[in-house]
Amino acid sequence: MGYALKRFLQLIPILFGITFLSFLLMYLAGSDAVTEMYANRGVEVAQEIIDQKKASLGLDLPFWQQYGNWLLGMLQGDMGHSYVTGEEVFSAFLRKLPATMLLTGLSLLLTVAVSLPCGIWAAVHRDRVSDLLLRFASFLGNAMPNFFVAMVLMDILGIELGLLPVISSNMDLKSALLPTLTLSVAMSAKYLRQVRSAVLEELGKDYVLGARARGISEGVILWKNVMKAAMLTILTLLALSLGNLLGGTAIIESIFMWDGVGKLAVDAINMRDYPVIQAYVMWMAMIYVGVNLLADLLYHYLDPRIRLGVSGK
Amino acid sequence: MTGQRIPTVRKPKVRKNNLRLKLAFLACLALLLLLASFFSEYLTPYDPYLQDLTIAKAPPSSEHWLGTDRYGRDMLSRVIAGSRTSIFASLLLVGFIAVFGSLIGILCARSGKWLDTFLMRTADLFLAFPGLVFALAVAAVLGGGVHNAIFALAAISWPKYARLSRSQTLAISALPFMQAARMGGCGSLQLVWRHVLPNISGPILVTAMLDIGTMMMELAGLSFLGLGAKPPIPEWGSMMSETRNLLPTQPWITLAPGFAIFFSVMVFNLLGDTVRDYLDPKNRG
Repeated sequence: MGYALKRFLQLIPILFGITFLSFLLMYLAGSDAVTEMYANRGVEVAQEIIDQKKASLGLDLPFWQQYGNWLLGMLQGDMGHSYVTGEEVFSAFLRKLPATMLLTGLSLLLTVAVSLPCGIWAAVHRDRVSDLLLRFASFLGNAMPNFFVAMVLMDILGIELGLLPVISSNMDLKSALLPTLTLSVAMSAKYLRQVRSAVLEELGKDYVLGARARGISEGVILWKNVMKAAMLTILTLLALSLGNLLGGTAIIESIFMWDGVGKLAVDAINMRDYPVIQAYVMWMAMIYVGVNLLADLLYHYLDPRIRLGVSGK
Repeated sequence: MTGQRIPTVRKPKVRKNNLRLKLAFLACLALLLLLASFFSEYLTPYDPYLQDLTIAKAPPSSEHWLGTDRYGRDMLSRVIAGSRTSIFASLLLVGFIAVFGSLIGILCARSGKWLDTFLMRTADLFLAFPGLVFALAVAAVLGGGVHNAIFALAAISWPKYARLSRSQTLAISALPFMQAARMGGCGSLQLVWRHVLPNISGPILVTAMLDIGTMMMELAGLSFLGLGAKPPIPEWGSMMSETRNLLPTQPWITLAPGFAIFFSVMVFNLLGDTVRDYLDPKNRG
């Protein structure tokens, strides 16, 4: 428990840094946010009205004061209003978050479901035809940008075969299938390699040789010993790649019209809706940091060498 | 257990030779891509900006190998012209962040505690943002354009190199030969230049090589979202985004630039893997 607290305390400066950087970015950009808003409406407005509007939004205060106000508001769940729709940013973000979480969760599940068995299979059948094929497939998957995968899947599954809806009109499982598949392709490809090398490394260790010498069956060694070690690798990787996944959802969501925070952010970027972008960047970073903390704690809990402070490989 | 390794004594030597051959082949391929991207304007069969609406959306033919887009522009020419932006920009980007990040890392390792802590905490902060998310925000603030997209990606990727080169430099600095060099009268800069750099360049080179493909994809991704190269400038990501509603009827138009990215990323990834294997001391038979 003490460890968890220590890790959390270490995170506090990072969390503050995240808020600061998110604010700074938009401060640098948003100096003419009010002008931008009137420009969006397409009307010429007198300078006094602009100044008045700026004052009412607190945009004329010095930087630190603005940051302080913003931080205070943020802690109370107030992240300002969208420049475009006028809606509260935080509630809009919260409303769209579940869709993104669903997509992310499904993609992670599918990735693990594909890459774990395939990776183990490839490691056990090292240098055989099936291993080479799997490695080749993972190599191909690694070289495809996710929007390309999206287009190819759309073309084949959605248009040529007509199996799946191309555009997600609602949040059902069927329309989640294509975006999930897309996000999983690159990740599964990456994991397959990692799982394979983790399992290979584990299989080469002395205790496996010892177990084999004692006549323990390959299946038991694989599932009882090697899997445990491989799971730790995967856990770390999952937490790390969540960052890529969250970034990837932005592109994939806007391709498939999946109504999540990624699409929200991309739309906001196109309309220069700075408060929305700010909320997106900040909360994505917070989520990422939080998940990494969780993974770290879990790792700490699962690996007795780290838990008991024993060093060694 | 069927997949056991057969112990052979001579295998490493043969493997090394194969590796050298593979490396040479891939390096040539990559160089070819690079040259093609550099001289792309002389290689295009047609003007990539030339519109001819009478042949719009033509399927692939002997005159237009990849067909034409909705303005009748030759797709092959546009894909070739797009290599300038996509390949060349990614290489520049990786080169820049590798050098910049490594210098920061060396500086951290060789300087006092205060500067080290400050720079490393800054790096941690940048690493706290999930990659593309932060790049999206930076690109959004700066507005579109290839230069801004490159800057945005540079902003998120330097910490990796800083951390790597810092830990490598620290490890090297602890070795006795460094003290010997110091006693031999090496100044700080000379120490870094003659003893640290040659020793840490391997891992950094490998990381950079493997990063080229990733950067290519991320740059294309930003362009796809309209935050990189702007139409009509040919860039693979923005070309796909521009033509994506032609996918149901003329898929070749949308998919051609995608295959170009796919192929280039594959070449650079393979090259990176091979360089890693080549530099790996385990393979030095």
